[in-house]
Amino acid sequence: MRDVAVIGIGIQRWGELWERSLRDLFVEAALNAIRDAGVERIDSMYVGCMSPGLFIGQEHLGSLLADYLGVCPIPALRVESACASGGMAVRAGFIEVASGLSDIVLVGGVEKMTDVSSGGATYALATAADAEYEVYQGATFPGLYAMVARDYMRRYGLTREQLAQVAVKNHDNGALNPHAQFPSKLSLEAVMTSTMVADPLRLMDCSPITDGAAVAILCPLNMANELSKQPPVKISGVGAATDHIALHDRKDFCEFSATVAACERAYKMAGVGPEQIDFAEVHDCFTIAELCVIEALGFFPRGTAGQATWAGETARTGKKPINTSGGLKSKGHPVGATGVGQIHELVTQLRGAAGARQVPGVKRGLAQNMGGSGGSTVVHILEVV
Amino acid sequence: MVGIAGYGAYIPRNRIKLETIAEVWGADAEAYRRGLVMYEKSVPSPDQDVITMTVEASRDALRRAGIEGREIGAVYVGSESHPYAVKPSGTVVAEAIGATPAVHVADFEFACKAGTEAMFVAMSHVKAGEMRFALASGADTSQGAPGDALEYSASAGSAAFVLGTEKLVAECLHTYSFCTDTPDFWRREYQFYPSHGGRFTGEPAYFKHVLGCARALMELAGMRPADFAHCVFHQPNGKFPMTAAKKLGFSDEQHRTGLLTPWLGNTYSGASPIGLTAILDIAKPGDLIFMVSYGSGAGSDGFVWRCTERLPEVQALCRQTRPQLDENKVYLSYGQYAKYREKIKRAH
Repeated sequence: MRDVAVIGIGIQRWGELWERSLRDLFVEAALNAIRDAGVERIDSMYVGCMSPGLFIGQEHLGSLLADYLGVCPIPALRVESACASGGMAVRAGFIEVASGLSDIVLVGGVEKMTDVSSGGATYALATAADAEYEVYQGATFPGLYAMVARDYMRRYGLTREQLAQVAVKNHDNGALNPHAQFPSKLSLEAVMTSTMVADPLRLMDCSPITDGAAVAILCPLNMANELSKQPPVKISGVGAATDHIALHDRKDFCEFSATVAACERAYKMAGVGPEQIDFAEVHDCFTIAELCVIEALGFFPRGTAGQATWAGETARTGKKPINTSGGLKSKGHPVGATGVGQIHELVTQLRGAAGARQVPGVKRGLAQNMGGSGGSTVVHILEVV
Repeated sequence: MVGIAGYGAYIPRNRIKLETIAEVWGADAEAYRRGLVMYEKSVPSPDQDVITMTVEASRDALRRAGIEGREIGAVYVGSESHPYAVKPSGTVVAEAIGATPAVHVADFEFACKAGTEAMFVAMSHVKAGEMRFALASGADTSQGAPGDALEYSASAGSAAFVLGTEKLVAECLHTYSFCTDTPDFWRREYQFYPSHGGRFTGEPAYFKHVLGCARALMELAGMRPADFAHCVFHQPNGKFPMTAAKKLGFSDEQHRTGLLTPWLGNTYSGASPIGLTAILDIAKPGDLIFMVSYGSGAGSDGFVWRCTERLPEVQALCRQTRPQLDENKVYLSYGQYAKYREKIKRAH
């Protein structure tokens, strides 16, 4: 297997982008990434997108986006794994470069979510849960994650304030990210008094509905210097895993088993453990998810992530900075683009180009992207060469 | 010079509080109050509609103008809730105020902009010398679907103006209109309640048009916000016009008098026109008033008014706007409200 590097990244400011369609968003981010890498051709591409059919009535994205990017006749494939679609697209591109099948592979993610009503978006997102056993019975993602939060609170004594601090911390970071949908600070009180969605989760515990795209350009590490002037960032570990799709089939609501399995594989490939990870981007679709995930990744012992967050250990200046981009909560969650957006943040930090939110001296970062209530997870470890 | 010779407003007595609506739907009343900057809204009685409210407002407008109905050359009624889909509201109004038969009558519809649209056209007639006086009104009894965000704001009220070139209480110094094809809010035939594009109704719709119109009007007039004693904007809720006023550089003081929505609700075609009547009730000769309406679909009409020496003579001549809002209120239960608004119908 060849070593793989990221040599280009592209994104735009995420948000409610009324005047741009899905193809506009993707092409804009892709051109930014191609320009960033300085490459003159693309050999193949993968696009993560969760549900263009329900959001904009469009399938066959591989062809559509290759066409509008002007790269036909290269092979192009859409990858779907609910909210982990973007991360899975990166993994698919990694495999193609590592295998030697292609040299320059574009991996991207995109979602256009605001062309439907919020009811329409809720319906589309709910298809990531188990339709027959969860959705038809009335479960929604806020409801499912609320059950996780209740269970966690009961077992580990997590306080409402500690949970709210996840959102406060992520907005502190997002306020410094020019690509964030909500680049504003958020007070603890604002989180604690926001509208109740599914007890104990309030509106400010939930990631938003977002339009956006993100793209990365991959190539063999040993060709990176010849293809691009950018300092190459190596993808040193990749891991993906699945878990029961329905929450009720899990042995333990608070243990995100797919994340545990995916990170074990990634750590093994990279030859490192959680303590060697300098910072991470994780899937905080709800505040409670971030706490469960950073425990599953081995950053904190079970039941302690809330206290660690409250103590500032996951802040930008803490010992394990989490979601320096602002996370899904502040940066936004265009579901298919989210996983690639995380890679964008890792590369930006590892290049030392994150401006005011730069964590000094970081050498190795981890991205964790998951689908549904944790039914699928993909983990990447990136490091400076 | 062309302008307003007389004005009048009518607001129904009935009110419903936001909490009363939120309680029924299990919604967070405080979040709505904070998000919309609204506390209660007016509700028409079962025997009130756009026509009856417009007749009330028009009679006061005629009285303040000091003219008879038969001196009116045109009656224009702007609304998106005309009682009939086919059959004009204007003919009934014209008949009731004694303007028939030598009168040009038309109904206008442009979502919430229909009232200022009627004013714009009526003013053009008198400016062209086609007639001495023309009457224009904006009124609505609009509905929000049960449980929809609009149910917390859609209310009822009317404002009417006699436009002319003589007996003016406010001169119109400048006008400007700003229009694009922007589908943010609509109601198709056979639909009882309107549909809307959620937050799309904000930035690309309301703010783009209101601010676009306001800035162009300001430039055309060669004026700055500090030149005005008062401003009034279309007010679908309390928050949007407050944000627009702030973005344009108006102070709370300039904006306060014309902002009625927090207690009145969104009277749609009546919104900025009723706000203007509240300003005229207290304005002084020489005061400049900045006004921008908004209608979904979408467009804004802008006006710069200057109050004349005649204004104080007519202010107390008939009922004023603010007292109608603050006094003599009847609070409804949701059940009464649902009956009045035909959300529930009696079986016979």
